[in-house]
Amino acid sequence: MSNAATHTEPLRSNLAVPDQIDEKTGLPRENYIQDGGKGLKSWLLTMDHKRIAILYLITVVAAFFVGGIMALLIRLELFLPDEQFFNADQYNQLFTLHGAIMIFLFIIPSIPAILGNFVLPLQIGAKDVAFPKLNLASWYVYMLGAGITLISIFTSAADTGWTFYTPYSSSTSTSVIPMTMGVFVLGFSSIFTGLNFIVTVHKLRAPGLTWFKMPLMVWGLYATAIIQVLATPVLGITVLLLTLERAFGIGIFDPAMGGDPVLYQHFFWFYSHPAVYIMILPGMGIMSDLIATFSHRKIFGYKFVAFSSLAIALVSFLVWGHHMFTSGQSEIAVMIFSFLTFMVGIPSAIKVFNWTTTLYKGSISFAVPMLYALGFLFLFTIGGLTGIVIGALSLDIHLHDTYFIVAHFHYVMVGGTVMALIGGLYYWWPKIWGRMYSRTLGVFAFLLVFVGFNMTFFTQFILGARGMPRRYFTYVEQFQPLHAFSSSGAMVMGLGFLLVAINLWWAIKHGKPAGSNPWGALTLEWTECTSPPIPHNFKETPKIEYGAYEYDRVIPTMEKQG
Amino acid sequence: MDTTATFWLPVPASTVAQDIDALWSFVFWISTFFFLLILGMMIVFAIRYRRRAGDVERLDKGPSHNNPLEAAWIIIPTLIVLVIFVWGFRGYMKMTVVPANSMEVKVTGQKWFWSFAYPEGASSVNDLVVPVDTPVKLLMSSQDVIHSFYVPAFRVKRDVLPNRYQVAWFEANQVGEFDLFCTEYCGTSHSDMIGKVRVLSKADYASWLEESTIGAEGMDPVELGRKLYTAKACMTCHSVDGNPGNGPTFKGVFGHQVEFADGSSLMADENYIRESILSPRAKIVAGFQPIMPTYQGLLKDAEIDALVAYIKSLGAESE
Ligand code: HEC
Ligand SMILES: [Cu+2]
Ligand SMILES: [Cu+2]
Repeated sequence: MSNAATHTEPLRSNLAVPDQIDEKTGLPRENYIQDGGKGLKSWLLTMDHKRIAILYLITVVAAFFVGGIMALLIRLELFLPDEQFFNADQYNQLFTLHGAIMIFLFIIPSIPAILGNFVLPLQIGAKDVAFPKLNLASWYVYMLGAGITLISIFTSAADTGWTFYTPYSSSTSTSVIPMTMGVFVLGFSSIFTGLNFIVTVHKLRAPGLTWFKMPLMVWGLYATAIIQVLATPVLGITVLLLTLERAFGIGIFDPAMGGDPVLYQHFFWFYSHPAVYIMILPGMGIMSDLIATFSHRKIFGYKFVAFSSLAIALVSFLVWGHHMFTSGQSEIAVMIFSFLTFMVGIPSAIKVFNWTTTLYKGSISFAVPMLYALGFLFLFTIGGLTGIVIGALSLDIHLHDTYFIVAHFHYVMVGGTVMALIGGLYYWWPKIWGRMYSRTLGVFAFLLVFVGFNMTFFTQFILGARGMPRRYFTYVEQFQPLHAFSSSGAMVMGLGFLLVAINLWWAIKHGKPAGSNPWGALTLEWTECTSPPIPHNFKETPKIEYGAYEYDRVIPTMEKQG
Repeated sequence: MDTTATFWLPVPASTVAQDIDALWSFVFWISTFFFLLILGMMIVFAIRYRRRAGDVERLDKGPSHNNPLEAAWIIIPTLIVLVIFVWGFRGYMKMTVVPANSMEVKVTGQKWFWSFAYPEGASSVNDLVVPVDTPVKLLMSSQDVIHSFYVPAFRVKRDVLPNRYQVAWFEANQVGEFDLFCTEYCGTSHSDMIGKVRVLSKADYASWLEESTIGAEGMDPVELGRKLYTAKACMTCHSVDGNPGNGPTFKGVFGHQVEFADGSSLMADENYIRESILSPRAKIVAGFQPIMPTYQGLLKDAEIDALVAYIKSLGAESE
């Protein structure tokens, strides 16, 4: 490619020309929503990755709101120190369900299964994922797992915390088995998605799309998929052992029979620490796409950002012991775990610096998705830096199992992943549905979410540092003002999320037609696909003439429909 | 020496707290610096390079990479976290290596209270009493699930396990009362599994020991029973006002027919109350879980008598 400043010259045949636009709807006549078949059956039996993404969208967002309502009930209860609306057992069930639903039903599948499913094939110029049937199967397995988990909720919801620590989990009278079996089944759904993505990225990239021309979203999903495939089986085995322990008293975690309850914690975190990165890596992928697109800049240090994802994926397997610094591991073990924990922080820091530098000399637009990207940068930086605080051994002894930890992981999981998810939804929504949402409402809802989030969780850093333990139904008087402030923030944040949902929902039917490339992005889903895309994505396999973010070589055409 | 609570941290009341708080400040200010750096860059770039009309028509002229810069922001943070790592590890070692001349207290965690046994034979529940300026070694174990012993003011925390002894130690350097929390979720009354650490001057500690080993001889048994009801944590599960909690209320039990889970029943007399306290699993009251811990070894005979007398008095009141 010698000639520099060209506008994107997409294969024109791949985009809807004016006479292919339906005058009534303003959308392309041919698209996956109308042409994939009509009726519920056509959706439930679809093999189209885009429709499967929609199935996931509906169920995963439902899980988010169920888990979110539980969070609000928890915060309501904690407004005052003593018993208010629930009794202790109900409260314990609430925080268990909140955690389990948010982790296993919402955040782990969220970005890969919704946005990954939708955009991964589009971004690499493929017609679908490598195994479309496996893809649909993963959704059914997800539904089955969710169904089994529901049995627990409706019998006598588990009260173990989402971590299911033994021997409490093997002795409580609540129904733990449906919960662990649900988690076991959900694991397969996650493995199916991961497997599919790995093969898709290796085998289905359009000719000419070399690894370093791929969008960083694809790198993020790829690194995530590796962890999903390698770590999830360990979770499966762990919850299976726990189930056997409860059902048949095999005794592997039971001290009375010579077993070791701490062994359970090692098994559990061997999965669940890498799982933290299953949750955040795809969000980091979205971040890179958003930052580049909305500053019209080549991502600064592309290779560093890409390889840091892989570095995180590998090192994340070696730090699980940092969840157990108070459990009495040997000095050598805690030393190694602490050291590696600091090392796994470095790649994340690399990303943050590179994203920030990408803004330099850019042409920065404050579209709604970009607000979430900047919000992510703000919140994730706090989440990461507080990770350094608790990586330090002597400080973690004081802060472990307090609200400081609660705040830290909410800054990473909500401030990171959920911000990225919402940013990603806002970003690709016009591609998914062909229509645009209200910017005004979008900005307003963002402010509510951002302010509400910081009110809720920054306060919890203070609570934790002052010694407020987590998973407490009642608490000592001195923490009341901070708890009340945190609870108020949660209500503001809850309202924000609700408005986000309303805005997006409204856009599906009533939004203005968005055009094929409203943001002037350079990745294939924008330059080579209509909004919404046709059932097989591309009329012809796209020719790859430039990398995902080569704004230094190509000026994108802001393509509005019609 | 700083001995008051700061905005972030509780009173530093143990010898290790100073070092931990210093590390906290170090990490806090480093973090604040980097956070403001990122935020500052973000804000400056966002304003300076906001999109203006005609912008999108030009090519990106900014740098796409810069290896020395990448090296800088890999190496500098790595060096900083190495310092934090070493500092944190050394602090941790100080917190784990128990001084040889420590006084040893045996700590037992069970649903949902703490009990402490002192070298001189005294014992207490939920109320750890220690002398100031004396290293105290805690030899801890659990009767049931995992608990965790946490005193924020001492910056001490250690999980308490059912299958092995866990050791922690502290040396309080301030006289006063400090919160004691269970920080490993352990079921229904996890958040009630709290108590106090009372740090006394050495003289006060000696007289406390004397009092508690002699026992409250000569005290009215019902009065003593009422005290033990709180001190030995019966109140976390039993009310005296007629409302059932985790266990049946004490009000009106004595002299009444009690129904058991196996269908049998019995008139509650002194022996039944005594048996309930020492081997609670022998008879399970219908409608309740067998969660009551045994108080074998935790109560002296005189104390059991006092509790019986107290429960008896509650039975009579309801007549
Ligand atoms: C962890 C909760 C718990 C604690 C602490 C506890 N108990 Fe109990 N207790 C129970 C439960 C549950 C039952 C009913 C089931 C059973 O019979 O074991 C019970 C039963 C009893 C009974 C029989 C009551 C009846 O209605 O027949 C007596 C007497 C009793 N406890 C005394 C005590 C005393 C005295 C203490 C304090 C020294 C104490 N308990 C501490 C949970 C507790
Ligand atoms: Cu971890
Ligand atoms: Cu507890």
